[in-house]
Parts: sequence; C-alpha cells; structure tokens
Amino acid sequence: MNRKVLFIAAAVVLLLVFLVGTLAYKSEKTSQSVQLAERSPANLVRMHSPTIGKQDAPVVIVEFFDPACETCREFYPLVKMMMAANPDRIRLVLRYAPFHKGSDKVVSMLEAARKQGKFWPALEALLAGQTDWAPHHTPQVGLVWRHLEGLGLNLEQLRVDMTAPEIARVIAQDLEDARALNVTMTPEYFVNGKPLPSFGYAPLKKLVDDALNEVHRR
Amino acid sequence: MNTTRFSAGMRNETTTWSLIFAAWLVASISTLGALFFGEVMQIPPCVLCWHQRIFMFPLVLILPIGLFPFDRKVVRYALPLAGIGWLFAVFHVLLVAGVIPESIKPCTQGVPCSQTVIEWFGFVTIPLLSAVAFSAVIALLVLAYSRSSK
Repeated sequence: MNRKVLFIAAAVVLLLVFLVGTLAYKSEKTSQSVQLAERSPANLVRMHSPTIGKQDAPVVIVEFFDPACETCREFYPLVKMMMAANPDRIRLVLRYAPFHKGSDKVVSMLEAARKQGKFWPALEALLAGQTDWAPHHTPQVGLVWRHLEGLGLNLEQLRVDMTAPEIARVIAQDLEDARALNVTMTPEYFVNGKPLPSFGYAPLKKLVDDALNEVHRR
Repeated sequence: MNTTRFSAGMRNETTTWSLIFAAWLVASISTLGALFFGEVMQIPPCVLCWHQRIFMFPLVLILPIGLFPFDRKVVRYALPLAGIGWLFAVFHVLLVAGVIPESIKPCTQGVPCSQTVIEWFGFVTIPLLSAVAFSAVIALLVLAYSRSSK
C-alpha cells in the first residue's frame, strides 16, 4: 500500500513538474517573441511585401508563409473570411518564409507573377493545386507551371522575371526578418505587431477580434 | 532465529524494490526530459536520439509492472533495453566529442547527430544526459539483481 502511494505520488510530481515547466517555457517564449516584435517593427513590415486590404486599415495581419505549407493553405481562406467579415478594417501583409526545400523557387514565380499584376490569382491557384505540385511536401517547380496557365499570365516573361536578383533579395530579406523575429514555423501571424500566444485558428481569431475591438473603442 | 531471517529477507526485498523504483524514476525523468526537448522546446530529435528514445521510453512502463506486484525478474527484462540504449548513448557522446569520425556517422538526412543543440556548463549535452541516465538505470538494476540473488 505504502509503495503504491509512493509510486503514484512520484508519478504525479513528475507530471506536475513537466506541466509547470511546459507552461513556464511557453509563456517565456511568448513574452520573448512579443518583445522581439516590439523591439524590431522594421523586421515586421517591409515596403516590398505583397499586401491586400485597405492601405490604412486599423488592423494589420502580417503572415509569414510558405506556398508549399499545407497549414498556410488551410489558413488562407480563414484569414480571407475574417477580412470579408470586417471590410476595410483588416490588411494582410504576406512575408515569405520558404522553409520547404525548393519553395524559394515557387516564391520567385509568385513574385514574377506580381510583376504582371497577378500575384493574388497566382497565389490562389498555387494553393489550390498545392498537393499536385508539392507531392510529399516536396515542391517541384516543373509541376507548378500548369497551375499558372489560364490566369492570363505571360509565362515566357515570368520565366525570365523569376530569376531577377531583386526577387532573390526580397526572399533573403524576408528570411532574415523571419530569423530575427524567431519565426521557425509557417504560417506565423503577427496582428498589429503581436505574435500568436499559441498556434491555432482560435488564438488568431481572438487576437484579431481584440485588435478590432480596441480600434472600435478609440 | 526464524523471525530474524524473515525480517532480513523483508529488508532485502524492500531494498531491491527501492532500487528498481529508483531506476524507474531515472527512466521517467529522462523520458519527460526528452519529451520536453522534443515537444516543448521543439528541438527535432536526430536519428541516434530516436534510437535512444526507443530503449528508454519502454522502461517507464516495464519497470512498474515489476513493481506491482513485486517481481524481481523485471530486472532481466529491463536490462537488455537499458544496455542497448547505453551503447547508442555512448556512441552518440563519442560522435559529438569527435572521437568517432564523421564518416561513420549514420545520419544522412534530417538533423545531424553531431550537432550540439544544448550545452550547459560547457560540457553537459543531451547525449551526455542520456548516457548518464542509461548508466544509472543499469547500475541500479544490476545492484537490485545482485541484492536479490544473494
């Protein structure tokens, strides 16, 4: 009997230490990234980033994303829905974090499509066809092309533009900013400069709602 | 006469039980520690780390099965796991220390095993913690085995 009590007590203590440690670590990490984002607003928004929504919208969502990332694909319509529900009040800024190997090439294609004024249609087409051109999380540029057909893009021109050094610079800058802000996973969101306390749609929604309410009160 | 021998046997059994219990504590702390590094701090485990996990995690379940009801044979079931895990841990420590050359490094993709992620006090690395834990489990189990066979 005594032994059982000892064993259960030990197990409970170990689990409690683990849980408390986990919570402490998480809150420490969150406050660290909050401080990081506060200290370096320049890392968050760059002039070169594609953005959608009213220019002076009170709530700015900065998303670090990877076109080959499944969760980014799943979250894209959710963010779009939030924007549609609050017209002119939310602006989305996209930053590139091509963590998947070969993803940077796909980002170059998006940037080249942007030169032809077709960034958002191209992005949506790529997200829709993601499972086809990135089988097993491995982006394959050769498979991307057919998803860009029918958007009215000049693909010959795009093929030339995607190798432009300024596109490489944009990707390098975004990756550097991701590193500076401790972004290690995609998608990562910052709402008016605040990072998500924990990842998920509910925390994102709450952060956006809080930001919207704050604007409302002012 | 009879009663003294009986109580000595009881004491012996209690010591053996406590030693196996201590081994379980070590295995549990190591397991939770590994889960903390992997799941909470999000440090991706390399291939060698996975092999060590494979031999450490089951101890957390096997040892208590021998504790309730007490069955000292559990030492025989647990020792092979601890032994093989210890070999992986020592190999890993030597790899990180550079004693074993890169060329026989078994990790070809993912996280390189020779990469040091954590270094406390300048010498405590995750593989070292693992090697110490496996050594402690083996020492406690061997001690329990020799106690009970006397």
